[in-house]
Amino acid sequence: MTDVTAMTATQIAGLVATGAASAVEVTQAHLDRIAAVDGRINAFLHVDTEGALAAARDIDARRAAGEELGPLAGVPVAVKDVLTTKGVPTTVGSKILEGWRPPYDSTIVERLRAAGTVMLGKTNMDEFAMGSSTEYSAYGPTRNPWDTDRIPGGSGGGSAAALAAYEAPLAIGSDTGGSIRQPGAVTGTVGAKPTYGGTSRYGLVAFSSSLDTPGPCARTVLDAALLHAAIGGHDPRDSTSIPAPVPDVVAAAKLGATGDLSGVRLGIVTEFGGEGAEPGVTAAFNEAVATLTKLGAEIVEVSCPHFRYALPAYYLIAPSECSSNLARFDGVRFGLRTGDDGNRSLEEVMSLTREAGFGPEVKRRIMLGTYALSSGYYDAYYGQAQKVRTLITRDFTAAFERVDALISPTTPFVAFPLGARTSDPYQMYLADLFTIPSNLYGGPGISVPCGLSDGLPVGLQVMAPTLADDRMYRVAAALESAVGTFTPPAL
Amino acid sequence: MAAISREEVAHLARLSRLAVTEEELDTFAGQLDVILQSVAQVGEVAAADIPPTSHSVPLTNVLRADVVTPCLTPEEALSGAPDAEEQRFRVPRILDEDVAS
Repeated sequence: MTDVTAMTATQIAGLVATGAASAVEVTQAHLDRIAAVDGRINAFLHVDTEGALAAARDIDARRAAGEELGPLAGVPVAVKDVLTTKGVPTTVGSKILEGWRPPYDSTIVERLRAAGTVMLGKTNMDEFAMGSSTEYSAYGPTRNPWDTDRIPGGSGGGSAAALAAYEAPLAIGSDTGGSIRQPGAVTGTVGAKPTYGGTSRYGLVAFSSSLDTPGPCARTVLDAALLHAAIGGHDPRDSTSIPAPVPDVVAAAKLGATGDLSGVRLGIVTEFGGEGAEPGVTAAFNEAVATLTKLGAEIVEVSCPHFRYALPAYYLIAPSECSSNLARFDGVRFGLRTGDDGNRSLEEVMSLTREAGFGPEVKRRIMLGTYALSSGYYDAYYGQAQKVRTLITRDFTAAFERVDALISPTTPFVAFPLGARTSDPYQMYLADLFTIPSNLYGGPGISVPCGLSDGLPVGLQVMAPTLADDRMYRVAAALESAVGTFTPPAL
Repeated sequence: MAAISREEVAHLARLSRLAVTEEELDTFAGQLDVILQSVAQVGEVAAADIPPTSHSVPLTNVLRADVVTPCLTPEEALSGAPDAEEQRFRVPRILDEDVAS
């Protein structure tokens, strides 16, 4: 048997389905790979060796019994540590939840199990999904397999790096401002943010509830689509889950893979031009645009005048929601409690617990949100940001009257060196310049590798209308069929 | 002019129940000032008549039938508690001693 860790999820599922490989063999190969390379990458916060092998044995037993298994049965998956896993540590990259073993599974994890996938473990992330480099993890940064002195993106750097390092063929991320797409771009992998409400937030540790969207990460567009189909769809336990079927993203990815985009109109956002992206990123993007044209797509320029206010609006809305959501970490019901000496008051213990448990970026955002929501500032900051959100949504709606989807670079710059942006938080925020508009609007977006700049991956983003996730898969798969996939140097 | 003072940041930390150190206050005051000056750009947008968006999905009340469904046992619900007693979360004192006595 050739090395299964180099295979796509589709190929692995085929091996397991035909009996050419057992799920246990496939799982063990990935566990061995993790043992061999993760000391240098730090993609995983927890490897669930026993749980993974037990799940794999179960799949093999069911196949032997003649049971009909789904299209991803026996395929290993890595799960971002933002999703609860029953009995398996869930830290959200934070000291405040160190050692916590949730009493329940998130819906996404339940569906992964139901699909017959094998969870390898939990992946590293910026604390509470706040960051663009995974350097804000309380458990040390993840390193980019393309260059281990560089960041793997964030907040889902662990999931993206696990894919690029061939530690897992599939991974789950969550995207509030770009945390699936930007790590995908800088690691040369595929990451998709579904339509908000298209994937369940039940059991997703909340950061910014009106924006948080779990989604699929993979090394190919088809694999991402298969994972999307497995985890998506209405969940009665999430009150903002959309009661509509998931568009047929798998069929769309297969259609796109034929390399024909004739009749498809793609828009380039005028306001994303100018000095937004670094030259190497712009060059790779322009080359990809030429490729899309060759595939038959019609490219037009569209103006979205309010997109330039997306970043400031996001950094008012997301911190405001976070300051409210993270109030639950009070040292009472779960997680850390510090300073309870029998004399201190609840409020003192709470303040000491949160001081000890949260890292600097989380503290900054809690205070920023508290400021934006305080009386006297509410109208000028949070209220005004919500109005800008309306205008950004109107820009998208107007654009989608003219084009089927919008395209842009995923992120303005390739993977930067570790430590390059941690001292200036606003410089870190700029990584999400092109991904944030879709979060505010709620529509889907995908990052697909489109080329290299000085040997480092560049991603192209496709943004589609709400509930038209299939469109972005078609465009992304077509581009992939033309430019191929990208493999980092051997570790 | 600074958008936010060190004293204001100290106040925010108290409201946020964060027992920050003096050193952190110095760092956060400078950083929050830079961030606030940047995000204040939203004020440039003429939006007086624009309705706010709180959520991208049009929200209506989500109801379900009033039927008992499985849920966590008390033991499961308390499994992560820093301190528990008689099926309850145990917390440090809430009232001052002289008030409580």
